[in-house]
Amino acid sequence: MKVPLSWLYEYVGSNVPAPQLVERLTLAGLEVASVRVLGKPVPEGLHVKAEDAGPVWERDKLVIGKVLQVEKHPNADRLTLVTVDYGAREPKRLVTGAPNLKVGDVGQKVIVALSGSILFDGHSKDGKKLAELKPKELRGIMNDAMVCSAYELGISEEHEGIILLESDAPVGKPLVDFMGEIILEIDVLPNMARCLSMIGVAREVAALTGGTLRKPPHTVEMFAEPIEGQVKVEIETPKLCARYAAMLIKGVRIAPAPAWMQRRLGYAGMRPISNIVDITNYVMLEWGQPLHAFDYDLLKARAGGQAPTIIVRPAKPGEKMTTLDGAERTLTWKDDDGQDVAALVIADTVGPIALAGVMGGKDTEVHDKTTNILLESANFDFVSIRRTMKHFNLPSEASVRFSKGIHPEIVRPAAERAAELMRQFAGGRVARGLVESYPGKKELQTIALELEEVRNVLGMNFSRKEAIQILRALEFEITEDAPEAFTVKTPPHRTDIQAGSADLIEELVRIHGYDKLPATLMSDQLPEQHTNKPLVLEERVRDILVTAGLQEVITYSLTMAEREAPLGAPALDYVTLRNPISAERVVMRHSVLASVLEVAAGNLKHTGDVRIFEVGKVFLPKAGEKLPEEPRRIALVLTGRRWREFWDETSATADARASQAASLDFYDLKGVIETLAGDLHLPEVSYRPATAPYLHPGRSAELLIKGQPVGAFGQLHPKVAAAYADAGDVFKPLTGRTLLVGELDLEAILAAVPDRYTYTALSVFPAALRDIAVIVPETITADQVSEAIRAGGGDLLQGVRLFDVYRGSSIPEGTKSLAYALTYLASDRTLTDKEVDKAHKKIEDRLKHMLKAQVRGQEAAR
Amino acid sequence: MSDLNTLEQRALAELTAVADEDALRAWNTRYLGDKGELKQAINNIKNVPADQRRTYGQEVNRVKEALTAAHDSAVAREKEKALERSLATDRLDVTLPGRAVSRGRLHVATQVLREIYAVFADLGFQIYTSREVEDDLHNFEYLNMPPHHPARDMWDTFHTTTRGVLLRTHTSPGQIHVMRQFKPKPIRVILPGMCYRYEAITTRSEIMFHQVEGLAVGKHIRMSDLKGTIVAFARRMFGEQRQVRIRSSYFPFTEPSIEVDMDCIVCSGKGCSLCKRTGWLEIMGAGMVHPAVLKHGGYDPDTFGGFAFGMGPQRITMLKYAIDDIRQFWGNDLRFLQQF
Repeated sequence: MKVPLSWLYEYVGSNVPAPQLVERLTLAGLEVASVRVLGKPVPEGLHVKAEDAGPVWERDKLVIGKVLQVEKHPNADRLTLVTVDYGAREPKRLVTGAPNLKVGDVGQKVIVALSGSILFDGHSKDGKKLAELKPKELRGIMNDAMVCSAYELGISEEHEGIILLESDAPVGKPLVDFMGEIILEIDVLPNMARCLSMIGVAREVAALTGGTLRKPPHTVEMFAEPIEGQVKVEIETPKLCARYAAMLIKGVRIAPAPAWMQRRLGYAGMRPISNIVDITNYVMLEWGQPLHAFDYDLLKARAGGQAPTIIVRPAKPGEKMTTLDGAERTLTWKDDDGQDVAALVIADTVGPIALAGVMGGKDTEVHDKTTNILLESANFDFVSIRRTMKHFNLPSEASVRFSKGIHPEIVRPAAERAAELMRQFAGGRVARGLVESYPGKKELQTIALELEEVRNVLGMNFSRKEAIQILRALEFEITEDAPEAFTVKTPPHRTDIQAGSADLIEELVRIHGYDKLPATLMSDQLPEQHTNKPLVLEERVRDILVTAGLQEVITYSLTMAEREAPLGAPALDYVTLRNPISAERVVMRHSVLASVLEVAAGNLKHTGDVRIFEVGKVFLPKAGEKLPEEPRRIALVLTGRRWREFWDETSATADARASQAASLDFYDLKGVIETLAGDLHLPEVSYRPATAPYLHPGRSAELLIKGQPVGAFGQLHPKVAAAYADAGDVFKPLTGRTLLVGELDLEAILAAVPDRYTYTALSVFPAALRDIAVIVPETITADQVSEAIRAGGGDLLQGVRLFDVYRGSSIPEGTKSLAYALTYLASDRTLTDKEVDKAHKKIEDRLKHMLKAQVRGQEAAR
Repeated sequence: MSDLNTLEQRALAELTAVADEDALRAWNTRYLGDKGELKQAINNIKNVPADQRRTYGQEVNRVKEALTAAHDSAVAREKEKALERSLATDRLDVTLPGRAVSRGRLHVATQVLREIYAVFADLGFQIYTSREVEDDLHNFEYLNMPPHHPARDMWDTFHTTTRGVLLRTHTSPGQIHVMRQFKPKPIRVILPGMCYRYEAITTRSEIMFHQVEGLAVGKHIRMSDLKGTIVAFARRMFGEQRQVRIRSSYFPFTEPSIEVDMDCIVCSGKGCSLCKRTGWLEIMGAGMVHPAVLKHGGYDPDTFGGFAFGMGPQRITMLKYAIDDIRQFWGNDLRFLQQF
């Protein structure tokens, strides 16, 4: 809502300087989004964006003038010489190219800029630029003044012609005093729709500043002929139209509206059209009630010369009409949910004549020759208007107001005000009376309000006097039933007040000022304490993975099925958007891994080393349920070198450098998984080759807890990597890389995290260290060997650590040698060699017996 | 006797002239070694008249001790000198970079969420999480927005192909979930989580973002408590001297509704480019829980009241670190993430 302050102050006596007014309005919920200043210097403390501050109209350089004579320029066809009286002793002759001043014109009021004025340069080739007006020869004639266009003054982009002022504009008056302006652009919130009007904003200003609201009069000087019998109004669906009123204004002459009205509309952001249309718009801006003017004679002709009947009804199936923008529109349709919707229309006995509240019809539009006006002022169901406005994409000053809800009591004063203005400024005669149907009339709402409650809710003191003053300023009617207990009646312009006192309390504190609200800490009972265990554990998982050297990422949960397809065909449907914003974000993901691979690909454009993980949700539809399950997953992607190269090459052997630069492999990823399992104290963890089709069949594993798989990890299957590389440029950088990936079911993992674990006491007795080397067939896994060692070692065996794996010429083909460092330890004594030998022998026997292993035990050398 | 004195004088004089460890070793051999001059002097005792032998022996011992002590201190002196030399020459270029530590990091969004959790935990708020794919009832209707309510325009919504199912536009549905779970007990929770809006992705707006909402419900919750809680948060998060300003606003699920600004962390209110010369930064929306919402949550609004607030951690992060492009968050460029 654009509010020119001079217009606003017509309705409220207030002398609050603009900067303070902006502050008060903003704090009270009418946020001033921007301020435009026309002609005036920007007041101190007022924040105006550079593009919203135009040239300052100096009092002694920009004045109102009167055209005395317009002559032909002797040397140029497109230029004229204009002599103006601008209040000085001598008139001035100046050169202009304005197309709207013609030779022979006299008496026009114009804006004269004298030498030294700083204005926007109308001839600038490189954008908007301020320039000083300097004496200059124009085709042989010295010129040191000009008549101005709206563009040059910084009012609008219009520079085709100069501004012609009203005939009573005072000659010689400084322009800034005549039409300098400050315009506030206010963001009006949904519950403040009443402030989509000058009166609405003025009421707020009055309440906030202690000023008095002065509403404009809406009395009409009427003509003897009654409207009765000249038009009928019928509302077919009262639910959709609470009130419809019509007035008849005869004998109007279509012409431009008065200059002051056009100027106000322009400042408020509306384009002037003609007196009748401008008056309906002017009253809409003033009262917040949109109006529509029909050509009465066209209606009468459609009714066969009889009095027309206005019918408010939903459109019939398939019904069509042409709106005044020339578009033919079908007035019924199906909404997104497949429901039939019919627009609300204004019709006569022939058919629709207007799309109610949204746009008039072509057939009954006011035109140049119109003389008789049927003026509509009505109240429509905002939901209906809103749907129609959205369906046809026709937001306008009128439809937006209707779609936010207007009180039906405003219908009548707005109609009367407009009719009277049409009498004054379009030469019309207003027929006596008003024809209306008002099925939706309601009692004004009353609410009980106790000051004690106000104080309890706000936590601040509020006096009886302050409360009454604020509510009355907002036009609530108050009766005091008991000390500090009131019955409050809602004024007939408010649609936002719901039952109960909450809305009234807001009005009180909002106007009183939130700056007066104290800051306290809660004194209410502290609630029971609960731990959010799922979240605590989720965060612990993040910490463990970060400690393991991985960077956390967070990716979009919206993706496209094609991005996940290489990982395997989806077993379930996707949660799919009905209104996606791009083709890449259409479904809710099934896989976190696919998203993390995308991040890896993106980063591989600038680095070779990526170690990342995400803990996030996937969205899995569940049979028979409307809403999907949202389990959490852990996804990991590692690729690149094990260590970053270091500048110091003298300190490392060639071998060490080579191994530093070596690529990450399966066992690096497994180390991360083991760290996670270990730090979470997961019980009965085991690994077995994975079967997931997206993983390399020989270089991948499943993580099992108590024998149940909870996820898989390993090298990405070369075919899948290739499929990704083909899937689009996003994934191209993955080409030819060893990608170590994994996706784990966080919910299953967290379910297995023990509530508590106990520590292992530290023995004060020395440990006995023994190594053992085991030669086994390749088919035997390391897990089987270490299991056998543990089983054989019994309680005394405290540690089993694999330190070497060997395959080669010194052992039979098809076998491998695994070397373990074993730690024997008792908590209550120093072990004797005999005891250790006995335990070690048991291990050897078990390995030989169970795994057919060849064993070579030895004293630990380290 | 005088021979011994001469020996002592000569040895000490030579010792002072010793310049390095080799010469010191040679001196030691010459005087104190197995075949050194002192040993000879001791052996010479048999040539001393018997009545003088005792005195001679004492004198020899004294000279030996004197020379040994002188030698020890000379050794110590030489060691010290050698160390000095080594310290003077063994120098690193300390401007060379250190060896890279292979470490991971939390996403900056997680870091800031945790900071927020910690502040509110101190204020007695626990964490409650709920689903991201929601139904229209929880996202809108129970929050006092019936179908076609004009306020629904404030949230550009992603709808799914299932009727009435959408991606939550805010964490507020969690208010209903938590109230229904805990009614009629008092509540003090924060509701963090991912939200979605149907918006063009620009430097200032994202289709997916975190929100942290707070909810307190009880029999004696006042609006001044809301202000106090917000002030406490702003000061913990952005510094003890922060000021807050409250503007009236509108949300269908709170009444009264407010918008909270904090004085600019760069200019402290004087006006700069961060605050667009207003001196204030918007940090959250808030208000007193609407009676209709309390009712939908299972609380009697005549007995219970409450406050709620909601903030965007990404916005707060952007303010904190002067990040000018919200797309960095889910862009996950490691060069961005590794800065935090």
